[in-house]
Amino acid sequence: MFGLKSDWSLDTNDRYFTLDDYAGAEPRWCTGCGDLGILATIHRVCREAQILPEKIVSVSGIGCSSRLPHYMHTYGFHGLHGRALPVACGVKSRRPDLDVWVATGDGDCFSIGAAHWVHALRYNMDMTILVFDNGIYGLTKKQTSPTTPEEYQTNTHPGGAILPPLNPLTVSLGVTNVSFVAQMVDWNPPLLYETIKAAHDHKGTSFVRIIQRCPVYMEQMNLDMMDDPANLLLLKHENGILVPEGVDRLFENQIEHDPMNLANAMAVAADESKMPVGLLYRNPDALCYDELSNAGLDMIDEEKLAGVNDALDSFTI
Amino acid sequence: MNDIAVQQVFSDDDELQARDSAESIREHIVEIVSDSGEGAQKCGQTFGIVGARMGNGVWTVEIIPAEIQPPARTPDGASGIRIRLGEELMTNMGNEANLVVAFNEQVLRARIASGAYNSKTIVLLDNMWASDESEDIRTEYSEALAEFTDYGLEVHELPIQEECLKIVPDPRKGKNMFVLGMLSHIYSRDADKALDEITKIFARKSEKIISTNHELFKAGYLFAKENIEHHFEIVGKAQTDKSMVVMSGNQAVGLGVMASGMEIVAMYPITPATSASHYLADDFHRVGGFVHQAEDEIAAIGFAIGASYAGKTACTITSGPGIALKTEMISLAAMAEIPLVIVNVQRGGPSTGLPTKVEQGDLLATLFGAPGDSPKVILAAATISDCFHFVALSRKLAESFRIPVILLTDANLATGVQPFERPDVTCDWFSAPVDQSSWDESVLAYDWDEETGLSARPIPGMRNGEYVLTGLAHNRNAKIAYDTTSNQEGCDMRSRKLAALGRTLNVPEIHGDPEGDLLVVGWGSTLGTIEEATDVARENGHKVSSLHLRFLSPMEPGLEEIFKRFKKVMTIEINYSDDPKAPLITDENRRYAQLAQVLRAHTLVDIDCWSVVSGHPLQPGNISRVIIDHVTEIEGGK
Repeated sequence: MFGLKSDWSLDTNDRYFTLDDYAGAEPRWCTGCGDLGILATIHRVCREAQILPEKIVSVSGIGCSSRLPHYMHTYGFHGLHGRALPVACGVKSRRPDLDVWVATGDGDCFSIGAAHWVHALRYNMDMTILVFDNGIYGLTKKQTSPTTPEEYQTNTHPGGAILPPLNPLTVSLGVTNVSFVAQMVDWNPPLLYETIKAAHDHKGTSFVRIIQRCPVYMEQMNLDMMDDPANLLLLKHENGILVPEGVDRLFENQIEHDPMNLANAMAVAADESKMPVGLLYRNPDALCYDELSNAGLDMIDEEKLAGVNDALDSFTI
Repeated sequence: MNDIAVQQVFSDDDELQARDSAESIREHIVEIVSDSGEGAQKCGQTFGIVGARMGNGVWTVEIIPAEIQPPARTPDGASGIRIRLGEELMTNMGNEANLVVAFNEQVLRARIASGAYNSKTIVLLDNMWASDESEDIRTEYSEALAEFTDYGLEVHELPIQEECLKIVPDPRKGKNMFVLGMLSHIYSRDADKALDEITKIFARKSEKIISTNHELFKAGYLFAKENIEHHFEIVGKAQTDKSMVVMSGNQAVGLGVMASGMEIVAMYPITPATSASHYLADDFHRVGGFVHQAEDEIAAIGFAIGASYAGKTACTITSGPGIALKTEMISLAAMAEIPLVIVNVQRGGPSTGLPTKVEQGDLLATLFGAPGDSPKVILAAATISDCFHFVALSRKLAESFRIPVILLTDANLATGVQPFERPDVTCDWFSAPVDQSSWDESVLAYDWDEETGLSARPIPGMRNGEYVLTGLAHNRNAKIAYDTTSNQEGCDMRSRKLAALGRTLNVPEIHGDPEGDLLVVGWGSTLGTIEEATDVARENGHKVSSLHLRFLSPMEPGLEEIFKRFKKVMTIEINYSDDPKAPLITDENRRYAQLAQVLRAHTLVDIDCWSVVSGHPLQPGNISRVIIDHVTEIEGGK
């Protein structure tokens, strides 16, 4: 469309982008917040892929995570609480040339936006969804989120969270037509980079749950995992996330997991004794809704006019 | 029936003879009522289209039960259609029906109860129930018939089922075309045109189905010729030499979307709006468009906003409860200045209310239903032609003013069918291709013009135009701004756009004299009824005029000046207001109808109102009585 090839990078070798070219305003996240590392990683992935900044649209909802678009020097859409995904789908619906990223959080995605989460996975439009999951509402100051651990004390449940936490992985894997489900932790930059890169490279909706530290309201949840990597389970496979040399030494628990195997992915996701990190599931052949919504994009005005007149003809008496 | 008989009936000579013996009348209101699923609506729509093709004025309105399969033979299950057919342009459903075809007696009872008929109404009733094997049904039938006689209806019991059984084994499918044949003879319709329309209806079906329906039509036509004494002629005088189209308001909305150049309609099913999207689902591909059925109302508008933000102004079509859900998103579009077209096909409220019935209950919700000040453009379609043209207008306004535009229609327009002049669409109607030139870096994302509030909009893909749209308070540079001046400036600028648009509008035209005793103000689908009722009052010597508003935000200019030329101004609306005579109601606490509230605040004129929430479209007979009552009070006070 608009005379641009989808592989536009071939035509733009006169521009080279550094990390600074993707950096927007100075982040206002708290010191020690895991979001800072995620942001830096996104900048790196963009730089490595040399994406045109003007072709990036980062869409978010409301919450700490959703401030991300302001920290990108790209187009951004900081919309309503829970509603990033429908907007992102709309952006992509008639603009296949745009590179759509979604930054959302556990409250934004798994609670108020849960309906959109399920359906966006099913639409499988080409975009990268990063869920910054710190297990707590941060911006509104420590309320229970769907992934808050049971018995964890919050301002809405001072006696401790009363329900077992939602498992976003099993839910995501249970959605028909889901095509990419990964999980990562924010404190392993090389693996986080490879995960976000793989998500971005995937054609279809890539869903990445990033376990993210909130040093202010949810220190404990992640300290356990950080202090004792035995709580994590590294998923390895030749078709999975690339594990940089040496990084695998950090993980005492590792398994080979074929990301094409949905049943095994579901089993890994359901085993909550350890937190899996890596690619749980990928289906490169899932139907992409944007290919349907883009139909007719190249139609010129004269053809449209003929179409309108044909339609009017059928009502003409 | 053999072919020779058919040939004879439809030969030119016979038709000419038939015309000669017909009684010439100016207009008639015809109803066809049945159980749900018996095809009465298809029959009536086709009857209306044939009328339009013969140059008659036509207004059709559907009679819809709220359930898909209500119990058979019950008053609640009454389903059907009303067709007002006249020599001249018809703008509303009229008063009591002149002739009704009923498939059973129980649905007829429902229509009598709602005041659809009077003692002169001719009833053609299927007599199959008189000999039903169930004694209960036979008793119900004879009791109802006695009721009808008491009411004064002229009832003709006809063997419609029996005649259809000669052609099809199950007349539930097919009786409607037999009835169409009957009506075509009674009203001297052009049988070839009717047969032509039947072919169109079943175009996707087999030849066999088409020929069976033709046969049913012809049988009905012959049956009426031989057995029904009533025979009328309504000459079509509404036809001009211009090409005409005939469609429902919802189809007009769908076609308006196509003619506007919009490429995305995002929707969630909701009565009575959905049929607009049904139409688009069939035809949108002709202009390269796509209907997105979203997971919910909020996602539907979110999707449309995403497409609009990315440069392809989109549309979402819904009804009242959907508007309630979309409120936060509409406010975002106002705040972040995203062009967007929202069509609200209003239905009865509050809450789930009356899904299939008409109300003008969403004016205040669309004007004010949002946190803070969320200025938006609000238009109300008054005719089916408006439903088409206003969608195209809405897209242009949305883009020019970088603002959400809400187009209000209602259930009456949605299902009503009326012919109008075929629009002459040109490529200028379409939105321009998405601008992907470089953005001038020195121009901010909200470079508000002090005088008009207008600003140009960077579109994703434009080099150097990168900005982050936010629903938070922001400054001209699109940066989040919590300081003491930015939110004031943003609100000023967004509101100023309405003032700028308002300056481009004309003073509305008055129907009737420019001054007098009473001015009736209306909006939306009530135009035809109010003007017809006003004419009746004027013919009776009263100094009444009427005014109809199409722009409700910004309001059309010059209203205060106009209002001051009348002794009294009142609105007539289909929404709730307190009856001034009701218990506890005083001048102080009386709650006014919605437009009346707005106009009172807007002009400081003491505007009265009359409104009703029965779910039915307004009828000129009732409204002329309301008008005459009010104007007589003023005359008495002279």
